[in-house]
Amino acid sequence: MADKEKMCIALFSGELDKALAAFMLATAGASMGMEVKIFFTFWGLNVMKRNEGSIKSKGLMRKMLNIMNRGGSKRLKLSKFHMAGMGTWMIKRLMKEINMPSVEEFIVMAHEMGVKLIPCSTTCGLMGVEQEAFRPEAEPLAGAAYFLAESSKSKVTLFI
Amino acid sequence: MKADQTLDCMGFYCPMPIVKTAEKIKKLKTGEVLEVVADDKGIKLDMPAWAKATGHEFLGMEEKGGEIKVYVKKTHD
Repeated sequence: MADKEKMCIALFSGELDKALAAFMLATAGASMGMEVKIFFTFWGLNVMKRNEGSIKSKGLMRKMLNIMNRGGSKRLKLSKFHMAGMGTWMIKRLMKEINMPSVEEFIVMAHEMGVKLIPCSTTCGLMGVEQEAFRPEAEPLAGAAYFLAESSKSKVTLFI
Repeated sequence: MKADQTLDCMGFYCPMPIVKTAEKIKKLKTGEVLEVVADDKGIKLDMPAWAKATGHEFLGMEEKGGEIKVYVKKTHD
């Protein structure tokens, strides 16, 4: 086959349901032979933060932000009906019931399939997090120009 | 339809059947036929689309009860 088709996803949201949507499309695309990149920006960074340990950042405001906005694939909440955790717990249970991978499993699977998982450097700067805040599957940070350059070569670009 | 290998995707929803198919097809030889058994109705449109995108040949499907069997022939490495 000729050049691989490309797909770009900007994941702006840090919620469980929206992350799932992004990873379903990313893994489906990868299985169809597409070269897939997900850019994590703003609240989307939370999806790629590591689950363990604390996240270091400088300055009182950023420290506070990273405590309140800890992130990590296992801490994501539903965008609707979180209901103090009850709704999210129920959805996770239902997901298991139909053998749907968790966000955690999707990240590992996508990475193994060659999906590039790229945190956005500007929002990392804004929120005071660095590469060490992210799980090992994360690629080096990149900026908007890189996203746009990739997106302009992609047949599919999504903003979630 | 006769198949060389079977992939059980019963109980799995999109995108898992095509993700598993993409993985499994690597283990077949060119010219061999893969049978995928699934119960997610999405596969009826997903598998032809997957075959078209990857260049493998979609041979058809059989549906019995809630069980859908789709057949794909590996046409290249």
